[in-house]
Amino acid sequence: MSIHTKKVMKNAWRITKHRDLTCLRIRVPGGHLPVKFLPLVQEIAERYGNGTVHLTTRQGFEVPGISFAKMAEINHLLAPLLQELEINRGVSIDDPTKGYPAAGTRNVSACIGNRVCPNAVFDTTTLAWDVEKIIYPNDPHVKVAITGCPNDCIKAHMQDIGIIGQVEPLYESSRCIGCQACVKNCHKVSTGALTFENHRVKRDPKRCIGCGECVLKCPTAAWTRGDQYFRVIIMGRTGKKNPRIARSFLEWADRATVLKVCSNLYTYIDKYIDRSLPKEHVGYIVDRTGFSIFKEEVLRDVTLLPKTRVAHFIDFGGYMYDRNIHLE
Amino acid sequence: MGYQLSRDNMNQLLLALKKDYKIYAPVLLPGQGRFSNTDLIGYGEINRIEDVVFQQKSYFSPKEVFYPITQTLFYFTEDEYREPQMNPKDIIVLMRSCDIHAVTRLDKIMLENGPHPDSYYLQLRSKLKLVLLDCPTSFDNCFCISMGTQRTENYSFSLRPDNGAYLCDVKEDFAGLFASLGKPLQVSPQFAQQNNQRVSLPEISENLVSSLAFHKLWDEYKTRCIACGRCNTSCPTCSCFTMQDLFYEDNPQCGERRRVWSSCQIDGFTDMAGGHSFRQDKGQRMRFKVLHKVYDFKKRFGLPMCVGCGRCDDVCPEYISFANCVNKLSDALQEVQQHV
Repeated sequence: MSIHTKKVMKNAWRITKHRDLTCLRIRVPGGHLPVKFLPLVQEIAERYGNGTVHLTTRQGFEVPGISFAKMAEINHLLAPLLQELEINRGVSIDDPTKGYPAAGTRNVSACIGNRVCPNAVFDTTTLAWDVEKIIYPNDPHVKVAITGCPNDCIKAHMQDIGIIGQVEPLYESSRCIGCQACVKNCHKVSTGALTFENHRVKRDPKRCIGCGECVLKCPTAAWTRGDQYFRVIIMGRTGKKNPRIARSFLEWADRATVLKVCSNLYTYIDKYIDRSLPKEHVGYIVDRTGFSIFKEEVLRDVTLLPKTRVAHFIDFGGYMYDRNIHLE
Repeated sequence: MGYQLSRDNMNQLLLALKKDYKIYAPVLLPGQGRFSNTDLIGYGEINRIEDVVFQQKSYFSPKEVFYPITQTLFYFTEDEYREPQMNPKDIIVLMRSCDIHAVTRLDKIMLENGPHPDSYYLQLRSKLKLVLLDCPTSFDNCFCISMGTQRTENYSFSLRPDNGAYLCDVKEDFAGLFASLGKPLQVSPQFAQQNNQRVSLPEISENLVSSLAFHKLWDEYKTRCIACGRCNTSCPTCSCFTMQDLFYEDNPQCGERRRVWSSCQIDGFTDMAGGHSFRQDKGQRMRFKVLHKVYDFKKRFGLPMCVGCGRCDDVCPEYISFANCVNKLSDALQEVQQHV
């Protein structure tokens, strides 16, 4: 049997521990799927695979136990899914009957967002689709996840780029009855950005992370929702060298900034990636170039809002496995 | 006297009224809902008839227009004080029958409860003209029919949209505006004929009150209620307030006294000098509120305080139903009566 493994993997098929069998990876951008595609997943698993499907941590499907010989046939079956989930949302794929054109840039995952969740400050699914449009198809190994509030249920802190919704709370003091539900709650579940002075609530804008808890708790709508913004956190990762959670890069950024940063990231990667390696995760590129080069590249041609805050230094921290060799 | 007004004529009428009145109605407040990308229906000043939301119940009641959430009673310096100036315009508020009944409830407590009427309330109240919004179909959680508040005659004019025009039953014309802009027509306001929610009001005799107050029915609210106070702040009849003496930060020799709504469900309502606070238990707060709405007020003024608008049930984040609780209270009353 002759298999071009690199082409197979780029086509979103896996090389598995079983010599003759592959595994199909299906992207579900934003993790939100029209259920009419479930029968297709079932059909592939039952007709070609071993009758099971794995729900991935990135909100895609992996359909295992498929013979390599069936890849072209199954790629054909996937065309309507690619058409609706990718092409119809603006992703450029030349021929949807040939399967996925790239697999390095992973599925953009998202929490359920404000379609359901009361905490979410925006529609995460729609932003996931917009990000997908910008970063896919692409070969570099990049993980992006989007979450509706700082609870970060999607674990944006474990991604190369994590996007967290922010809302600017607006305070109408004449509607405030001084119950302090917002103040107490902000201290209890968020950052303690609110204080009660002279019978009125004061908000420390540098401490506020835009979670919207004050709005949720206010019984008189003295707190309401202003504009939506985003916090962009970067270079969280797992892996065998230096696991670490992402750190804040931008705060109170608008949607245009977030999308431009995502697209600039690929220019940066292309410029600095170590091509002697089979692949290099973006986080390790940033380790080599340093944060300041990364920042310069991803903010190129970006017009930041006056209120957007940018990190001028990031101590990524985490721990190094090879520094733990003294553990017994 | 009934009139039909075209949309343009209705807007002309509003424009003319706005010279002497501030006009308030339920309006759409885009993006002002508690959850992201949701709207709020609240009371706001209107410029055009199209601003009025006819098809939905407002989240907050019209009360805040003439009994403000925050009201400065007077400003003070070291040795002087003065009351703030009033806006010279009178106030027109468009509201449904239940809310008009609620105004009469507020009048009772603010004007007839003590030896003197509450002068701050009276000042704004005497500026108030009531306009009835017809309410042909009731909304979720409404129980006006159980409370007998679905009809009223207490309005200057009634208003309902009808095929692109507006129908009004006018009891008090405003400088002949209706007569000049409207087409005479027989108009009767439309009132709700039925509610999905029914409430059976308990007829509590005084000797049974204490048995009911200590009944186990209140216990579930100990853990269900989170003491957020939304039932109070959305209620058209809640009248409790607290005082804030505010000393200006730049010059603490000057300041102002404000009164601000308060809520019997929120922590601190029963705080007393020395740190004592009774009714810590949220079940007891519920008991206090419910009995006040359907028993104590009635004992004092001859009619229940609650008008059945159902807003407390609409807004409770814990899905506690006041209506349901009153029905439980009626059941409990029967149970208690059997043991007498």
